[in-house]
Amino acid sequence: MEVLISIVIGILFAAATYLMLSKSLIRIIIGTGLLSHGAHLLILTMGGLKQGSAPVLVKGTEQYVDPLPQALILTAIVISFGVTAFFLVLAYRAYQELGTDNMDLLKGSDNDE
Amino acid sequence: MNNVVILPILIPLLTGIILIFFNKYIKVQRWISFCSTLITVLVAGYLVQTVFTDGIQTLQLGSWKAPFGIVLVADMLAAILVLTASIIVFTCLIYSFRNIGKARESYYYYAAVQFLTVGVLGAFLTGDIFNLFVFFEVMLMSSYVLIVIGGTKIQLRESIKYILVNVISSALFVIAVAYLYAVTGTVNIADLSAKISEIGQPGITTVISILFLIVFGLKGAIFPLFFWLPGSYHAPPIPITALFGALLTKVGVYAIIRTFTIIFYHDTGFTHTLIGILAGFTILVGVIGAVAHWDVKKIIIYNILTAVGVILIGVATLTPTSLAGSIYYLVHDMMIKAALFLLVGAMVVITGTSNLRKMGGLITHHPYLGWMFFIAAISLAGIPPFSGFIGKLLIVQGGLQAEHYVLVGAILLSSLLVLYSVMRIFINGFWGEAKLKKEEEKGTTNGLLFPITLLVAISVTLGIGAEWFYPYIDQAAKGLADPTIYIQAVLKE
Repeated sequence: MEVLISIVIGILFAAATYLMLSKSLIRIIIGTGLLSHGAHLLILTMGGLKQGSAPVLVKGTEQYVDPLPQALILTAIVISFGVTAFFLVLAYRAYQELGTDNMDLLKGSDNDE
Repeated sequence: MNNVVILPILIPLLTGIILIFFNKYIKVQRWISFCSTLITVLVAGYLVQTVFTDGIQTLQLGSWKAPFGIVLVADMLAAILVLTASIIVFTCLIYSFRNIGKARESYYYYAAVQFLTVGVLGAFLTGDIFNLFVFFEVMLMSSYVLIVIGGTKIQLRESIKYILVNVISSALFVIAVAYLYAVTGTVNIADLSAKISEIGQPGITTVISILFLIVFGLKGAIFPLFFWLPGSYHAPPIPITALFGALLTKVGVYAIIRTFTIIFYHDTGFTHTLIGILAGFTILVGVIGAVAHWDVKKIIIYNILTAVGVILIGVATLTPTSLAGSIYYLVHDMMIKAALFLLVGAMVVITGTSNLRKMGGLITHHPYLGWMFFIAAISLAGIPPFSGFIGKLLIVQGGLQAEHYVLVGAILLSSLLVLYSVMRIFINGFWGEAKLKKEEEKGTTNGLLFPITLLVAISVTLGIGAEWFYPYIDQAAKGLADPTIYIQAVLKE
């Protein structure tokens, strides 16, 4: 099972890298979304995908899955939510002010304000 | 157990929250943030003294025993850096009162600075690798806000790149933590170190250590990963650039020092050689950029890279002498970089341009500013009575003991070029024919000189009073050279 998920995560990373190297800003942001998706799946997989019940204390269950990676993922998810929301608004604002979402046109020399 | 360890995180956090409610009352905001940063400095000073007399202070949050809960650890290195960082925040804040402008002030500028402080101080004090990630994000999120606040075109353009690079490096950080968790089954730094000692650092941990080097290298701008820094740091107003230049990259450097002295120190042949090579190239890139540019901000920005390289050479050498040198140089460089950014900021205020070719003869009307810049410049290059000298001396000494002659040569040669780059600002900006009459100046330096004087004075004291500071630095270096002290302090009983 871990091997299968690892391959899927690899595909996600490849797609994210491809998108982030493109010219359009919105494709780059989609790439960051896929990248964080892959990273979160990776924590889950690296924690181990053994059989067990959900980590909620119930009488009579012998084995639970590892709760720590789930807490780490939950933290990482909200953080990347916050950052992505900020990035999207920034992209919108940049589109309004600069009039383009083409990264090639966003170069400019350092001296023009 | 000592609650003073959490105060440097708690005070700015509460202040930041309070400041959100007063965004229209600029006077109130200024007073609150002034008082709270002053208190943070005092608390940090007390923390340094406590660690010096009583050894490493730990605080197990929620009283959960060490590997299971989050633990805050103030060893000497962390305590010194907390003190240095809080002094820098204090001075940059006073500078901001005059320099940042009403529009930015009423849109949560001071709150963002406080949250940035939370992130930086938290990153220094935490003893848990995932908690380090969270504090990194607190710091980065505030830095995104600070870099774009005001919303000028150049800021929007550069902040897109800055955020993209940091989103990628944060994802890599999460990936690295996931791999490390899979190998060891823990995220507590002391416990990680103990577990990796048990399995004797096999190949996979070396791979993970390089992944960490890439992550922290992206934050700390080492050689192939520095490309985002010159543009991003050029965009925001000067007090923000000073905060970034003095604090953000140094947190990356601190994280490299931490991970490579406490977690991954068993197989130094590969990892530390790699750090040495990258540090050498970082210095090279830094001096080339500093010599090439005619923009005062850019020159100082490229000097950040050189300093990062010099500090990492001390880490790569990994002798007690060179580690002490690295710590000394780290503290010196945080102070002097903040001072230099504020100084060139004052020059930009006076002349209205950051182009060195359009300045000249500032010393006729601003002798005090000029001579302070002179002192800061020779201190940066490492001229004996000042603070840059002792750090470099110790690193060079350690490098010679470990027979890293090329790296030592790079440090010495870089000092010359660093001196050339800052002296060029002094000669072209301050000497020569005065290009602006007193009436033609674009702004006044009233109120800007006090924070600069404070930083330069501290830096001069660091150099002249080295005997007095050295026991603290030495204790920090001993802690790094012998990780068992750290591990025992955290995992006692």
